[in-house]
Amino acid sequence: MAAKKPEIPTLATLVEKIKSGELYEEVKKEVLNSQLWTSSFRHGYADTPRNRVLQIVSNVWLHLHPVKIHRHALRIKFTWCMGGITFLLFLSTVVTGVILMFYYRPVGEYAYFDMKYLQYDVPFGMLMRNMHRWAAHAMVITVWLHMFRVFLTGSYKPPREFNWVIGVFLVTFTLLLSFTGYLLPWDQLAMWAVTVGTNMARATPFLGHEGPFQEYVFGVSPRYDARSLLIGGSVVGPPALLRFYVLHCIFIPLVAGALMIVHFWRIRKDGGISGPL
Amino acid sequence: MAAEDPKAKVEGLEEKVHVWPYLVRLEFLCALFVTIGLTVWSIVIDAPLEEAANPTKTPNPSKAPWYFLGLQDILVYFDPWFAGVVAPVLIIVGLMLIPYLDINPKGNGYYTYHERKVAIWVYSFGFLVLWIALIIMGVFLRGPGWNLFMPWQYWDPHKVVALVNVDLPYALGVRTYNMAMLVGGGILSAYFAIGTAVYFFMERKAIKNVGFLRMFIKIQLYLIMVGMVIKIVLRIGFNIKYILVTPWINI
Ligand code: HEM
Repeated sequence: MAAKKPEIPTLATLVEKIKSGELYEEVKKEVLNSQLWTSSFRHGYADTPRNRVLQIVSNVWLHLHPVKIHRHALRIKFTWCMGGITFLLFLSTVVTGVILMFYYRPVGEYAYFDMKYLQYDVPFGMLMRNMHRWAAHAMVITVWLHMFRVFLTGSYKPPREFNWVIGVFLVTFTLLLSFTGYLLPWDQLAMWAVTVGTNMARATPFLGHEGPFQEYVFGVSPRYDARSLLIGGSVVGPPALLRFYVLHCIFIPLVAGALMIVHFWRIRKDGGISGPL
Repeated sequence: MAAEDPKAKVEGLEEKVHVWPYLVRLEFLCALFVTIGLTVWSIVIDAPLEEAANPTKTPNPSKAPWYFLGLQDILVYFDPWFAGVVAPVLIIVGLMLIPYLDINPKGNGYYTYHERKVAIWVYSFGFLVLWIALIIMGVFLRGPGWNLFMPWQYWDPHKVVALVNVDLPYALGVRTYNMAMLVGGGILSAYFAIGTAVYFFMERKAIKNVGFLRMFIKIQLYLIMVGMVIKIVLRIGFNIKYILVTPWINI
């Protein structure tokens, strides 16, 4: 009696097996019953409604979500995924930014050469710098698109008025975050873009030394006005670099992060993603 | 028939689903794609690093970061105190006021154009034209001296543009300083007064519902926005520099 030869499946039966999910079930069974698996994981995950709820509420990260949402909120056509992507890009800049901070010193003599060092000598330094910069630029675009979609769906209407207000703070801080970071490479592009930007503060009514009505405010001069408060002097120099560094790495991320937490919390408290009432 | 109504389109859908797994898996996929995209982008294109900062060497043109170029472009038409300080503040405050000024209950939570045409037009105009289009222009078409260059034109730093701009009162024949101030102020006040009056007249039935203060603030913001466009047109089309000239501010 010859041993039964293993059957070689034809392509057609194989395709059929894949399509019907039979192959998937077979592989799954093999894996789940293997010694390796059963010794590692003591029990499986039962896909019950109760467990689905527990996954969300008993996880500190996931519990920012509600447990259930309207089906339409899942549709990419509705949210464009833009709020979530903005948040993801923010997290990317936090991670890459912390790495950049290990190599960068916000001092006039060092800053530019630290950038060079980072680009040419630090392993993956260039990649980290690129990711940080492109994520920041992309975040500016996605936050504008997010805002546009929230407007188009009328999601700022009651009860979400206040979350829109928080959102406007967030878009402002996103721009400020990007702007303060722009100075840090300490190259020509950085210095002059920030010079152009901060020059505007000279013209602040009452408080800028070239602004209207400044003559009625005591003590306003090129050295002491709205602009010098921002850049720590009358030109964009090393004090400006230090100020922008502290604002960029500590103050604005903390404020923006806190606002994001409130933003997400309010989405839940306002009854989840908006939808027809 | 039901599909015509944008609200009904979504209402027909099944009520609620679990976030785990339906939303979480989407978020995961989305995060995966974005991360891959960002990584590839960062491998392919390097962030710029020019020569070291040099306070004695001013580049021409000096441009703000691209996301502020809309505001920088407004500088052509307005003095810095407005373009650089008052306009951004008005934009931020105006945006924050939107939910409190637009009390149209329709179109809450779904896409619709027909139920809120004005709102959509105003926001899209502000965002797409006054913000995005000006940024695109600032990035690609503004060259040395902040002059306009078409993409195929050489950025000539010595391009001479004749400054033939005059103030509006001057163009109207007013020659003395005080008179010009009076005329300019008059035109400006008339613009706001008449604009407000016309709006209130046209929307007189809504006053009871919407409230006086709300309507008043709304029309002022509209008038400022339209006024900026008018000023741009006056400058480009008629070489008008200022409408109001005073010892303190020019508009
Ligand atoms: C750092 C910036 C921001 C982050 C990370 C963020 C994040 C999010 C996320 C994840 C959502 C869930 C729905 C979605 O993805 O569309 C959301 C919803 C919302 N966002 Fe933002 N957002 C930001 C900025 C803004 C801005 C600038 C505005 C408006 C001015 C805004 C207003 C809103 C509103 C009103 C909702 C509720 C939408 C709804 O219920 O349909 N957010 N945000």
